[in-house]
Amino acid sequence: MIEFKLPSLGADMDEGKLLEWKVGVGDTVKKGQVVAVVDTAKAAVEVECWQDGIVGELIAEVGQKMSVGTVMATLLEPGEKPQPHVGAAKPVATAEAAGAAAPARRRMISPAARKHAEEKGIALDTIEGSGPRGAVTLEDVERVAAAKPAPAIPPPAAGAAGDKAAEMRKAIAAAMARSKREIPHYYVAEDIPLARALSWLQAQNATRPMPDRLLPAALLLKAVALALRRYPELNGYCREGVFTAGQRINLGVAISLRQGGLIAPALLDADGKNLARLMQELADLVKRTRAGSLKSSELGEATITVTNLGDQGAQLVHGVIYPPQVALVGFGRVTERPWAEDGGLKVLPVVTASLAADHRISDGHRGALFLRELAELLQHPEELDQ
Amino acid sequence: MNTDDIRAVALATLQSIAPEVEVDTLRGDRPLRNQVDLDSMDWLNFLLGLHEKLQVDIPEADYAGLVTLNDVINYLQAKLAGRG
Repeated sequence: MIEFKLPSLGADMDEGKLLEWKVGVGDTVKKGQVVAVVDTAKAAVEVECWQDGIVGELIAEVGQKMSVGTVMATLLEPGEKPQPHVGAAKPVATAEAAGAAAPARRRMISPAARKHAEEKGIALDTIEGSGPRGAVTLEDVERVAAAKPAPAIPPPAAGAAGDKAAEMRKAIAAAMARSKREIPHYYVAEDIPLARALSWLQAQNATRPMPDRLLPAALLLKAVALALRRYPELNGYCREGVFTAGQRINLGVAISLRQGGLIAPALLDADGKNLARLMQELADLVKRTRAGSLKSSELGEATITVTNLGDQGAQLVHGVIYPPQVALVGFGRVTERPWAEDGGLKVLPVVTASLAADHRISDGHRGALFLRELAELLQHPEELDQ
Repeated sequence: MNTDDIRAVALATLQSIAPEVEVDTLRGDRPLRNQVDLDSMDWLNFLLGLHEKLQVDIPEADYAGLVTLNDVINYLQAKLAGRG
């Protein structure tokens, strides 16, 4: 019997609330399949299964709050007979009356649709799903919302949005306080000329239809991913003082939310993807992050974080490492600056890249070399597109 | 399409990206991104939304001239008029 436990989706997550089961007892599940939706302090997250199996028992109940590591369900291996599971799924707090007593239901609804329905005060049971297997989509919710009056559930109590924002702020504060308390940060920074990179990008974009155009962020992310291949001590985790290098290069991308706060979901295997694919995945990640529709693998598997302040930001960022990661790369706003080269002075677009890294694992010298490698990679933009 | 129609499309597109924006308070003659928190991805999506709704191609070389809401409306109007 395999125990399916509530995974940690980051240093700022201690517990989660089960919003929905996506599977039922007896269903065959595959590795990577979304099996549940869990609300965290930051977002509703689609939790994926990490093993193949057959659902034996759904232990956690909808509405139940659980600590990370709580057994939510059991999976059976092929040929295995079901047995009642003992000693699992103790709720963190009393389950909320409305949802907890009800048996787990197989109502398929995307997190974004669920969130929208809650905002509109529309009962989920009243929405007819048009998606695969009757799944309720965002469009279904919008259709019902447009055809009001609809049977309504009580709207969230006044201040609910504020409570959620406060909860997120608290989660961020807890993770960042832990980071500053436990991780001896060091910082290095490097000004990187981007004339070649932006010129190449402009030429590329002139040949691409609008939906396929690239942002400078795609180049910066790819360059970070490639540079990390040569500096594996910046890519991985430090737990209880022991460093484990990441097996993959998964870039956590800090994405600000419109209502405040931020989430850093991962672009998985960023070093092996061409720029078009990275851009596509980045756009998708930003969209789903802001719509509240992320997967657990995107939240729990970042091996380093990149924060890109973009063209509305400051010139330099001193990042706070997201534990248990060991480094954070920051990019400020690209600005035109005077640049001395070959005994002459010119004006170039320049970005300041910074690195905050864990002194238990690496030293400033290696950090500086990493930034030099990053700068060099960005002088050959065509080589990044592979 | 007249100026008001284009403005309505532009504002609807903007609100789909930044739902919190109060369009009545926007100054058409001031830089849009100083009034609305739009990062580079939001800005790209705004232009992409205009492209999809109005079937107007906006070359990247023209982005620099699109600073205020009035710039955007005038640009789109010229493009639509040019299409005849």
